[in-house]
Amino acid sequence: MMSLSRLAAIIRKEVRQLRRDRLTFGMIVGLPIIQMLLFGYAINTDVRNLKTAIANQAGTHLSRQFVAELAQTQVVNIVSHTQSPEALEALLRRGEVSIGVYLPSDFDRRVVDRDRSAVHLLVDGSDPTILGVANQLQNMPVQFDSAERERDRQAAVAVRPYYNPERRTPINIVPGLMGVILTMTMTLFTAVAIVRERERGNLELLINTPVSSAELMVGKVIPYIVIGMLQMALILGVGRLLFDVPVRGSLIDLYLAATAFIAANLALGLFISTAAKTQFQAMQMTVFFLLPSILLSGFMFPFDGMPRFAQYLGELLPNTHFIRLTRGIMLREASIEELSVELLSLAAFTVLAMTAAALRFTKKLD
Amino acid sequence: MNPELAIEARGLGKRFGSLDAVSRLNLEVPRGQIYGFLGPNGSGKSTTIRMLCGLLTPTEGTATVLGTEVPGDSRALKPRIGYMTQKFSLFGDMTVAENLQFIAEIYSYPLDERKTRIEHLLDNYDLRDQRAQLAATMSGGQKQRLALACAVLHHPELLLLDEPTSAVDPQSRRDFWADLFRLAEAGTTILVSTHYMDEAERCHRLAILDRGVKVADGTPAELKAGTGMNVVEVTADDPYRAQTLIAALPDVASVTQLGVRLRVLIPESRGEADERIGAALSAAGIDATASPSTATLEDVFVAVTLKPRTLAA
Repeated sequence: MMSLSRLAAIIRKEVRQLRRDRLTFGMIVGLPIIQMLLFGYAINTDVRNLKTAIANQAGTHLSRQFVAELAQTQVVNIVSHTQSPEALEALLRRGEVSIGVYLPSDFDRRVVDRDRSAVHLLVDGSDPTILGVANQLQNMPVQFDSAERERDRQAAVAVRPYYNPERRTPINIVPGLMGVILTMTMTLFTAVAIVRERERGNLELLINTPVSSAELMVGKVIPYIVIGMLQMALILGVGRLLFDVPVRGSLIDLYLAATAFIAANLALGLFISTAAKTQFQAMQMTVFFLLPSILLSGFMFPFDGMPRFAQYLGELLPNTHFIRLTRGIMLREASIEELSVELLSLAAFTVLAMTAAALRFTKKLD
Repeated sequence: MNPELAIEARGLGKRFGSLDAVSRLNLEVPRGQIYGFLGPNGSGKSTTIRMLCGLLTPTEGTATVLGTEVPGDSRALKPRIGYMTQKFSLFGDMTVAENLQFIAEIYSYPLDERKTRIEHLLDNYDLRDQRAQLAATMSGGQKQRLALACAVLHHPELLLLDEPTSAVDPQSRRDFWADLFRLAEAGTTILVSTHYMDEAERCHRLAILDRGVKVADGTPAELKAGTGMNVVEVTADDPYRAQTLIAALPDVASVTQLGVRLRVLIPESRGEADERIGAALSAAGIDATASPSTATLEDVFVAVTLKPRTLAA
C-alpha cells in the first residue's frame, strides 16, 4: 500500500537535502561536463605521430625518399637519427621512441631484388595499438618509379566507412561516455544516499514511522531519475556543441533507452545500499562495478574482440546494452524497435536488482 | 491481556550470535505511567526497546504492545507509538521547522491542523527561536527537545525513549523530565531507559536490567524497601584503608566509596551490622563513625547486580 502524500514527503525531503548539499549538486552538473571535455578530447583511437628513430645505413637517394614519404604519412614523428640497429634498440628500450626504422646499407639492391625485406621496423609491441598501427606501414610501397605506384595497385578489398566517415573518435566515445557517466552518478548517488541515512541514524527513525519500504525506496529514487535525465541532456548538448556528435535517430527513443538504463542503475544502487554498511563501502562497490562497465561494455574496446568469457560478463552489465542502444540510435539511426533486445535486457536487469534489493531491504535492524 | 497494561512481555529474548542480549524478560508496563529501564551500557535496554517497537525480531518469547502482538504485523502499531533513538536521528541538513513538517507529513497529520500543531510544539518545546536553524548546528539540549517534539507530534499513546538524556546538560535534563511528566499527565505511557539514578528515581515504576536479565522491578519505594540488605554509612578520615578493612569483613556484600563516606551493604539475615563495623574499625585504629542508613536506588542497583555472587558465596 503506497501513500502518495508520504511518497511526496520523502521526495520533497530528498530534494531539499540535495539542494543544500553543494558538493553533490556540483557533481551532478560538473561531473558530466568535465568528463566529456576530458575524455572527448583525450581519448583518440586514431593513433598518429608515434615517436620514431631512423637508422639509415644506405644513405641513397631512394632511401632518403622513403624516409621522407614515411614522415608524410603522419603516422610517425621522426625525432631522432642514429647509425645502427643497436642504437635503435637502445632508444626503444629507454622508451624514447616507439618505432625504429632500419634501412640496411644494401637497401637499394633489396628493393630491386625483392627477395629480402628492404626495411626493418623495430616496434615497441608491448602496446598492441602501436603494433597495429605499425602494421599499416607494412603495405607502404617502395619502388624506384613512384609515379607508377598508384596505377599499379588496385586493392582487392575496398573499405567504405559508414556512420563516421571522418573517423572522428568522439563520434564513438560520446554515446558510450553517456553510459559511463550515468553508471557512475546514478549508482553512486542512490547507494550513498541510503547508506548515509543509515549511518546518520535517520533510517532507524524512519522505519519506526508509518513510511513503508516501498515508499522510502521509490521516494529516494525519483529525484535521481530526474537528475539522470538532466545529465543526459547536458551530455547530449555538450557532445553536439563541442564534438559535433549527432543524434540521427529519434530523441524520444534515446530518452526511452535512457529511462530504462537509469532505472537499471538506480536499482543497482539500491541493492548496493542494502549490502554496504558505510558510505565508503558503497563507494568501493560502485567502483568495483564501474570498472568493468568501462572496460567490458564495448565502450573502450570493440565488444566482438573480447574473449567469449568476457563477453558473457559484459552482457550482464547494463552499460553494454545502453551503449548498443545509444550508438545505434544516435549514429546508425536505428529505431528502438530494432534494438528491443537491449531494452528488454535492461528491464530484466532492473527487475532482478530491484527484487534483490527489496528482499534485502527490510524495515528491521536485524 | 490486561487492558490496563500498555506493554506486557513474556519470556522475551534476543540472541546475537552467541551473545544473549536479552533473555527471559517478563515485563508489565501500566498505561499512563513513566516506566524506567535502569541498567549499565550493554544491559539490554536498547535491544528491549527495539524489540518492543518491532525494529528487532525477538528470538524467543512474545510481547503485547498496545494490544498488538510482537513479533507480528507492526505496521498498525507505528502510528500509535513514538520512538526517540539514542543517537540524534533527525535530519541535520534541514531546519527545525522542516523536520517537524516532514514528520507531520509522513504521519499524515490532518492538513488543516498541521500548522497549529507545529506552532504549538515550537512553543511547548522552546524551539521558536531555532525554527529556521539547521538541526545539525543546534546544541545537545535543543536537539533533544526537537527529537522529543518530533516523537510526540502525532500524539502517540506510547512513547519509547532510548537514553534520551545521555548527551545533555543537567538543566536540560530537568526540563526534559518536566516535559515527560506533562505528557504522562495527559495519558501517554512512557518507557524510558537511563543509566542515571536520579532519573530512575523519578519513574513511577522501573525495571533494573543487568547483562540482559531483569534483576528487579517495582516502584522506587518498593525497590528500596526490598533490597534485603542493611545499609551502613561509614565516615572515615582514611576512607581507603577503611574500605579495604570493611571489604575483608565476613558478611559484607559490597562497599562503595562516595567521597569521604562509604556505603556498606550487609544482608539483613546477618542482623544489625553498624556496631560490628564500628568495632572492627576502631580495633584497627581507624577514626570512623558507622551509622545505619536507608537504601537509595544506587544501593538497590548495587545489591541486585551483586546477588549472584553473594548467593554463590
